[in-house]
Amino acid sequence: MTLLTAPPPPATRDLAHLSDESLLSLVAASDDDALAELYDRFGRVAYSLALRILRDEALAQDAVQEAFLGVWRSADRFLAERAKASTWILTLVHRRAVDLVRREERRRGEPLESAPEPAAPETTEDEATLGLQRRLVQEALSQLSPEQRQALELGYYGGLTQSELAEQLGQPLGTIKSRMFSGLSRLRDLLAEAGLEQSYP
Amino acid sequence: MNDPHSLVAPYALDALDQPEEREFEEHLATCESCRQELARLRETAASLAYAAPGPAPPLALKERILDQARADRPNVVSLPRRRSWTAPLAAATAVAAAAAIGLGVWGATRSTSTDPFAAVLARSGARVVPMGDRGALAVAPDGSAAIALSAPNAPAGKTYEAWVIRNGTPKRAGLLSGTSTLRIQRPVGTGAVVAVTLERTGGVDRPTTPPVAQTRALS
Repeated sequence: MTLLTAPPPPATRDLAHLSDESLLSLVAASDDDALAELYDRFGRVAYSLALRILRDEALAQDAVQEAFLGVWRSADRFLAERAKASTWILTLVHRRAVDLVRREERRRGEPLESAPEPAAPETTEDEATLGLQRRLVQEALSQLSPEQRQALELGYYGGLTQSELAEQLGQPLGTIKSRMFSGLSRLRDLLAEAGLEQSYP
Repeated sequence: MNDPHSLVAPYALDALDQPEEREFEEHLATCESCRQELARLRETAASLAYAAPGPAPPLALKERILDQARADRPNVVSLPRRRSWTAPLAAATAVAAAAAIGLGVWGATRSTSTDPFAAVLARSGARVVPMGDRGALAVAPDGSAAIALSAPNAPAGKTYEAWVIRNGTPKRAGLLSGTSTLRIQRPVGTGAVVAVTLERTGGVDRPTTPPVAQTRALS
């Protein structure tokens, strides 16, 4: 029996059974395989979101890259924050994309329905799951009032601030804030009814 | 002037300008109800990401991200970490801490039921303690704990074994295969050290090799 003196070369590691949160804890320990697994889980939705906001492939790639490097560098902070991992990651992506779109002044505000990119064919189980989530969220969005939907879409996908929205729509700021709040609250209820998991009751 | 409570939804949507954002984060530091509301609304706002249809990112993007991550890895050869794991909130400014807390109270996740690490973290007051670069320990105030180990698969005839060490006496705490999670079957309290060693299959009564992962004594 030989005594092991050095760790064996890393075998192919199956991280698929770990939760997003466990993966982030491994990322905080500088585990790049865990970062790769998180990218496999969230890279596609992150890129779609960034592209929706930025309307430019190079900028969208920049946003996703910077956001995932943010995940890499600050996963230890996430651990102390105790947020849901998917929320934390997608929040980083969204913030990065919004920062870029404001800097580039490429703000766009077309409603979601007119988004030009067709959904790519769903070839794997993950993509099918993603497609289902997309349909559930789109369906829930379509049940909001037009004013609520517009406030969420122009704010979240358009990267507009509440003040810019108020100006663009010719509405008082308080109205915009209240549409955002009621829209998000209603969306939350609709997603819960549709069975899309929400952590908070 | 904004009523700060009314900024929670625009903040969750990243729809504030910078002065408003700062104003709200200062408020967040002092307002528990806004922190809770933000945690809920942030989660819903993030679900909007799934409604954006789009093509898959170019394959090269993943490699670029991983290459850059490896290149700037701060702690491969026991360099000091750029950030403390154990006291990030204490080290942060009040505003940064508030923003951090505002990201949410831990919620149940889809795999909480099967992942013991996530299950422990879901408990009230739970925290994460580093185990060097090979993993982390989640521990709750009631002493329940779980390990997330990041290690190559144990070679044939070997296994990773976890230990809870108190007053210099190691107690067996379970076996791990490699990169995996383990719920520790005994309480982990103040002063204890949790460690993982590589042992022969089936485990042993006392550690026989230096630890591959280890916490400091828990405070």
